[in-house]
Amino acid sequence: MSKSFAGVLPQDAAAARYGGLGIAAWRWIGALALIGLAAALPFTVSNYHAFELTLVMIYAIAVLGLNILTGYNGQISLGHGGFFAAGAYTAAILMHRYGVPYWATLAPAGLVCFALGVLFGLPALRFEGPYLALVTLAMAVATPQLLKYFDSWTGGQQGINLVKVQPPPGLGIDRDRWLYLVVLVVLLVAMRVAANMLNGRTGRAFVAVRDHPIAAAAMGIDIARYKTLAFGTSTLFTGIAGALSAIVISFVAPESFSLFLSLSFLVGSAVGGIATISGAIVGGLFIEFVPNLANDISDAAPWAIYGLAMLLLMYAMPRGVAGSVGLWLQRFRSRRVALREGDKDHKGRMS
Amino acid sequence: MKVKHAVTAGLSAAGLILASGLAAWAAGQYGPGASDTEIKIGNTMPYSGPASSYGIIGKAEAAYFDVINKQGGINGRKITFISRDDGYSPPKTVELVRQLVEQDQVLLLFSTLGTPPNMAIHGYVNENKVPHLFLATGADQWNDPKHFPWTMMFLPSYSIESHIYARYILKNLPNAKIAVLYQNDDYGKDYLNGLRDGLGDKAAKMIVATQSYETTDPTVDSQIVALRSSGADVLFTVAIPKFAAQAIRKVYDIDWKPTHFLNSVGNGVGTTMKSAGMEKGIGIISATYLKDPTDPQWQDTPEYKEWLAFMNDHNLSASIADAQSVVGYSYAQTMVAVLKACGDNLTRENVMKQAASIHDLKLPMLLPGVTLNTSPDDFDPVKQMQLMKFDGTTWRRFGDLVSGAGS
Repeated sequence: MSKSFAGVLPQDAAAARYGGLGIAAWRWIGALALIGLAAALPFTVSNYHAFELTLVMIYAIAVLGLNILTGYNGQISLGHGGFFAAGAYTAAILMHRYGVPYWATLAPAGLVCFALGVLFGLPALRFEGPYLALVTLAMAVATPQLLKYFDSWTGGQQGINLVKVQPPPGLGIDRDRWLYLVVLVVLLVAMRVAANMLNGRTGRAFVAVRDHPIAAAAMGIDIARYKTLAFGTSTLFTGIAGALSAIVISFVAPESFSLFLSLSFLVGSAVGGIATISGAIVGGLFIEFVPNLANDISDAAPWAIYGLAMLLLMYAMPRGVAGSVGLWLQRFRSRRVALREGDKDHKGRMS
Repeated sequence: MKVKHAVTAGLSAAGLILASGLAAWAAGQYGPGASDTEIKIGNTMPYSGPASSYGIIGKAEAAYFDVINKQGGINGRKITFISRDDGYSPPKTVELVRQLVEQDQVLLLFSTLGTPPNMAIHGYVNENKVPHLFLATGADQWNDPKHFPWTMMFLPSYSIESHIYARYILKNLPNAKIAVLYQNDDYGKDYLNGLRDGLGDKAAKMIVATQSYETTDPTVDSQIVALRSSGADVLFTVAIPKFAAQAIRKVYDIDWKPTHFLNSVGNGVGTTMKSAGMEKGIGIISATYLKDPTDPQWQDTPEYKEWLAFMNDHNLSASIADAQSVVGYSYAQTMVAVLKACGDNLTRENVMKQAASIHDLKLPMLLPGVTLNTSPDDFDPVKQMQLMKFDGTTWRRFGDLVSGAGS
């Protein structure tokens, strides 16, 4: 996985104005239009597709969490399925045993996973690269069995059946579309928070620790603190995604959180663009749709098709979809800037 | 004028009603997924993942529907069997079942496999009134027509099997002191409660000790030692193959000689008995309801030969030693019988009605004498089993077919 600089390089700060508006204003208009489209989308498709897209967004939030850790901070986790499970079970237990309304379970699930992530991040400080991957792999493998072991809380093998969420009366929308909108709001908030953090001081510290820990330490960055913080923030996002999944599926069981889920997150992260924010959405799309498409193409060897799709994507876009597209845009922009500069030179000589 | 208008209106109304009635009569009555030419059936199976060995059930079902289609279908309608891989992951099952019901518009769901995957869709199918027939799992909770009128199981439920052992013990070992080893989850508890229920008011006196294990435990050795020290002379083991084999070995090694009952989930010759050591399992009692394809006793019967030809014709010959392929074959035959009974009324309501009025249906690969029966209050078709004893190489059936009372 090559390290990407997307999101760290200073943005092209040319103060060009288009149609009387600055670039920042156009960005806002574009973002609002996209959000509007995303909010309108479920009303143009069937309930089932709305449900599928809800799952895409949930996976996107989980992948975003992993991107923070693996992409920006360089710590590989094969165990995020475990944190996803912790978030899901926190929400499920709160709803089932204590009658907490679904929307109030997100914050506790995020906090529990933040705490778990920090605790897990402390010993993880001692492990680098593949060793950390192995430690987190152990966690992914152990998750289903741990869930069965604490069966007085988790319902053991049987899992926990949750009462289905009802949309607020009076709005006149059904459950699937309501949940889509709820998850969309969470996704947008998550992306905004991640962008604020990663494009600022903390994000620069994460990347510095990833790229050159010694230099980072020399610059006064507390490596242990930032690594642990990256772990906690990452699991916070993934835990909230887990809670949303429990709410949307309205059922949790140990089998829901197998090792394969953790691997899927990493695949989604790499395919989307590991050190990007928007790549998480591509990752969510990949996790949700590619296995189904593979099954439709071939009954006999769907996983071979899945693997092939992954290979082709990584071959064509080694930095993931969002990473590579970002790179192309940057090249395009710098070429244009170079052209413009060249233009000026030319004119200068003429005059 | 007014009169004329009224007459015309009346006539045309009558004509319309007649016409729509005729159309309905000619075309049959259809729910989603059914038409003059087709019946769509949805299914989820773990073709990949930890439970993929059960995938043979889905393959045998698809092959059997293929046979029926080649013979012209059911009342002229071809079966479209859409079977998807959920990898035994409940959220995936939810997604696929929604796809089957909302996108593919299947008439019904059939033989969805596994307790957790079915738990995850139980509410959804009943809320949406989709027939959820012949689940491939034996937990007692599926037979609950009052609360879940759209869900119907197939196998003898775990508590029915326990009832059969309880009846045998009451009759042949009336002074038994019973020890129970069970898996600490709903599966194990279904059996334990079934035994208590079957023993009735004698349960408290007869069951002298119980020990449970977790599937995460390394062994059940200490549990077996503890059960022996209770002075019990009957042991009932409720386990999955790995732990059943450990229990059999330990009982033999510490030279304990109880009358040992072993539940049917853990009684596979290949999976349990071989790994325990064939001679260590001699005398163990268990129960079954189908013709084990490895049992030489059946291999000259026309039913077995027909089944074998069916398996070979559909590239399933690698699985002829696998009892699960007999299970899938029998599920599909039951489904076909129910659809035949529906006639031209293929609405979801009528499918449920016909599924709930199976009467003395016999299937070629179930034990002779086993008949399927359901009623609006009883959603568990197979309730009879026969006891069998292990002789060191294979299971030998003995006694009559026994019917466990409904749970």
